[in-house]
This record gives sequence, C-alpha cells and structure tokens, in this order.
Amino acid sequence: MTGYDAVFLLVGLVTAGAAILTVTSKNLVHAALHLAVTLAGIAGVFLVLHADFLALVQLIVYVGAVTVLFLFGLMLTRAPIGREALDSQNRGLGLAVAGGLFVTLAVLIVQAYGGADAVVPQRVATEAIGIVIFARWVLPFEALSMLLLAALIGAILLARREAGDSGETIDQARIEFGEAPSTEHDRARTAPAELGAGDAGAGGPTGGESR
Amino acid sequence: MSPIGPLLLATLLFCVGVYGIIARRNAVLVLMSVELMLNAVNINLVAFQNLLWPAEEFVSGQLFALFIIAVAAAEVGVGLAIIFNMFRNRASVNVDDVDLMRW
Repeated sequence: MTGYDAVFLLVGLVTAGAAILTVTSKNLVHAALHLAVTLAGIAGVFLVLHADFLALVQLIVYVGAVTVLFLFGLMLTRAPIGREALDSQNRGLGLAVAGGLFVTLAVLIVQAYGGADAVVPQRVATEAIGIVIFARWVLPFEALSMLLLAALIGAILLARREAGDSGETIDQARIEFGEAPSTEHDRARTAPAELGAGDAGAGGPTGGESR
Repeated sequence: MSPIGPLLLATLLFCVGVYGIIARRNAVLVLMSVELMLNAVNINLVAFQNLLWPAEEFVSGQLFALFIIAVAAAEVGVGLAIIFNMFRNRASVNVDDVDLMRW
C-alpha cells in the first residue's frame, strides 16, 4: 500500500460517509452541509489523483457557489425542517435499486480492473489544459458559454415574480384589512394580541391602531 | 495507486445519488442527489485520465469533467428557479405533489 492509497482511503471514507449522511439526514440544512463536505472530499480525491486545476475548480464552483445556492434554496422555500416525513413511501424500492446497482457495478469493475497495475498518477500541467481548451476544445467551450448565458437568463425569468402576483401588494392588503396571517411567523405574532384585546371588540388581526 | 479505489468510490456515490432521487421527497434534496451522481462521473473521468491514459493528447478526461462542472452549475440554477416557481404556485416542494402532467 503506497502513500497514495492511504491518503485516498482516508479521503474516500470521509467522502462516502458524508454522501450517505446527505441522503439520510432528517434535517435539510444538515443535508446541505454534508453535501458541502462530500464535494470538498471529491476535491481531495482530485488532488490525490494529481488533477490540481480540477480540484481548485471543484472547490470554487461546488463548495463555494453551489452549496450556498442550495442553502438559499432550502431557506427560501421554507422547507419543513425535521418535522415532516422527508422520505416517500418507496424507500425500500430506492434501497433495492441502489443496492442492486452498486453490487452489479462493483462486481463488473472488480472483474475489469481488479488486475490493473498500480501506477503513480500523472500530473497534467494547468498550462497544457489551457492550451488544449482553446485549441482542440474551443467549440465545446463556446457552446458551454452560450449554455451558461441561456441558463442565467432562464433562471432569472423563471424565478422572477410576475407583475400580477407581486408579493408587496398582498402584504399591504393583509396589514390594512387584517386578513388571516399567512405565515407561521405572523400567526405567532398576532395571536397574543388577539387574546389580550378580545373583550374590547378590536381583535388583534383587525386592529391596525395597536401598532 | 490502483484505479479500482476511485472507481468504487464513484460507484458508491452514484448509487447514493440514485437512492436519494428515488427515496427523498423534497425537491431541493433531489437536486442535491443529482449533483452527487454528476460528481461520481467526474471522479471516474479523472481517474481514467490520470491513471490509465495519462499520455492522452487532448486531456479529454479532465476537460470533460470541467464541462460537466459547468453544466451542473447551470442545471442547479435553472432547477432551483423551477423549484421556487413550484413553491410559489403550490406552497410545497414535495415532488409527490407535482403530478399534474403525469399520464
């Protein structure tokens, strides 16, 4: 067992454990943080394989950007944290499919590459990657930049509020006319006022003058 | 080092992603599982490039991994936008609730 194997075993165990925790943890924010650990561990695997540039790209794009995006997604959708059941009924089906796939693929891989010689990973210089990306792979590179632009515009269009259902007017209407509070936060805030002013005839949600 | 370690790790990550997609209900978690599967493929590509075909002229494995990272970033952006829309229209991010276009 060489040093490469030892370091890879360490990093790989951390990565695999964090990945399993990502899909099994009840708390959604914990799942996102476990995903960050998994992605950082994959960057470590790239480092062990001597793909330095790719490891740095992985750190910047995934650990830096995608994880933050996921955390924003979890918090903006106000996902139920820990209370609601997160797994659907077909958990057993998922276990069966994933387990069967893993066993099949692992047997195939061991059969195909079990006898491969142990080699030292070869480093590809970042300079060579830069030259080849703008010489040989320039067309996919340009197509990818167009794809990123399209995804940017599409994401803005999809996530933007329409003119009709702007959240601001709904909020104002709720405060003026005292409609039912729509969020748990509002409910918790207005409930004590309603109890206190119950006999005066001015309930908490309708009484704008109490503030 | 032997290529079998990275290949097995990639297989495990891929299967964990498959399990997450089938078993989880929250749409953001399903998106996270897709990311896990894409990363598993990246490990495979880099392992084949750096261990088995190190003298390949066009550095195809690492370049493909780079392209996959960029496409995955775009996918996360659009996917989260779709999930926000779903949450706004349905007040839920449960993938079992969104079966309007099911046959």
